Amino acid sequence: MSSRILNWFKFSSPATFYPLAGKIQKVAAAIAVVLLAIGLYMSFFVAPTDYKQGEGYRIIFIHVPSAWMSMFIYVVMAFWAAMGLVFRTRLSFMMARALAPTGALMTFIALWTGAFWGKPMWGTWWVWDARLTSELILFFLYIGYIALQGAIPDVRRGDRAGAILLLVGVVNIPIIYFSVKWWNTLHQGASVSITKGSSMSTIMLETMLIMTFAFWAYAIAVAMARVRLIILERERETRWVAELAEVRG
Amino acid sequence: MDSIKDFFHMGGYALYVWGSFGVTALLMVAEPLVLVARRREMIRRLRRLIRLQSEQSS
Repeated sequence: MSSRILNWFKFSSPATFYPLAGKIQKVAAAIAVVLLAIGLYMSFFVAPTDYKQGEGYRIIFIHVPSAWMSMFIYVVMAFWAAMGLVFRTRLSFMMARALAPTGALMTFIALWTGAFWGKPMWGTWWVWDARLTSELILFFLYIGYIALQGAIPDVRRGDRAGAILLLVGVVNIPIIYFSVKWWNTLHQGASVSITKGSSMSTIMLETMLIMTFAFWAYAIAVAMARVRLIILERERETRWVAELAEVRG
Repeated sequence: MDSIKDFFHMGGYALYVWGSFGVTALLMVAEPLVLVARRREMIRRLRRLIRLQSEQSS
């Protein structure tokens, strides 16, 4: 095999990926802390009061980033599931497992902040609206994935079963995204789109984008930390784990 | 003093804004802490495993 392919697979072995994940984790964690500090400051002290919703709209600065993250993390997990099934690289399955709790957390935050925003603005904590319902299904998919893998003792079969569940569930993501257009129930349409720019005031949009990048960095840092844990767990019998500085101690 | 009270009042949306930001902050602090604790536990387990193996082989 040409060296280029070998090189590409170099990081697919847990032993070589473990230190790299550690570095990524540190950098991502630092970025997350800095961006969260800036983003939170802007959310409360820079972004102006909304003419209609007053201060209540500030919930957007965590509701939208967490909702985007809930969908994005699921797509990344489905990607790793597909990679794992095609290339049989077990590290891909580990990456999907590492992202699941954070994806579930982001989905919960999106649902929670949505309800706390909906109560004052729509007058209700919950309504069986197309967007809310499909986001709730996404939450159940995450919980189902975690529960399924918890229930299968054999790691390999758990990886495979989880990957299949992920790929089946990925159809839900476009449904969530387009639900506001197709069914046009209560949740408003997208006010930010890659093609048409945004209908938000620039300072509000900038604040929200900074918070989005902060949530990205947070999710990467947490996922790297968790994948290192999974690697240590699965490779506990190996020599390279025994040789690790933190284990030799 | 007044401005701080106003700030937390959030124009009357205090419950909703702080209910949202509070729970989000709680979760996004708790998750990393859980991971730090699980990592410490994992390393302790690995060390015990290695000690057991070296005792059996010696």
